[in-house]
Amino acid sequence: MEVINEIKFTMPSLSVNEGAARAVVSSFLVQCDPTVEELSDIRTAVSEAVTNAVVHGYRNGRGNIGLTVRLLPDRVIYIRVKDKGCGIPDIEKAMEPLFTTAPEEERSGLGFSVMQSFMDKVTVRSAPDKGTTVTMRKRLFAHD
Amino acid sequence: MKLDIKNENGSAVAKLSGEIDHHNAKELRAELDRFIVTAQPKELTMDLGGITFMDSSGIGLIMGRCRLMKECGGRLEVRDPQPYIRRVLKLSGIERIVKIR
Repeated sequence: MEVINEIKFTMPSLSVNEGAARAVVSSFLVQCDPTVEELSDIRTAVSEAVTNAVVHGYRNGRGNIGLTVRLLPDRVIYIRVKDKGCGIPDIEKAMEPLFTTAPEEERSGLGFSVMQSFMDKVTVRSAPDKGTTVTMRKRLFAHD
Repeated sequence: MKLDIKNENGSAVAKLSGEIDHHNAKELRAELDRFIVTAQPKELTMDLGGITFMDSSGIGLIMGRCRLMKECGGRLEVRDPQPYIRRVLKLSGIERIVKIR
């Protein structure tokens, strides 16, 4: 994978860092001059992935979340959100719209649906007690 | 995140500004629920005009308040979401249960 630019960021699984992750991604994307809609889509998808790690991945305690943002050729943005939390036993079920394991927190179960709608490609790798890695790609509109 | 609630004759408007994510939805939920339970408005409008970011945590927030308003005999409306926030609302299908203006 040819990488034009990359930023890596590690943060503890505190909910306040959901906003910090969005800010990091926004700052990185300035170099690509995205449209308002593209920026909003990517910020929202990142927010969902990081929130999943905080709420579900580390539901039994605190750990670190790794965020990698890459600019690839052809204006493709690659994002990876990685935790070493409890993992997802059934990824297919977890990705079903409206499925949630945290209804008491009013989680709507739409996190993965939002990521899939707002990004071009979303891949989830997970193993119980090992953690979860979400990778997402989005190609930005070409500039003239 | 800022919340300003005005209530006149049972018709209330909750003006929200800033960002709605999982981190701050908790506080908003507590404040809105306290108001709904104590003031028992007939109508509550969540004005999203000042919201600059919202992920699916906002959907949970709206759905939960919609449920509580119904339990209290009232109804909830949402107004003035920015276009990119309207996309999150549309994706959730929440428009089927809450009026969005």
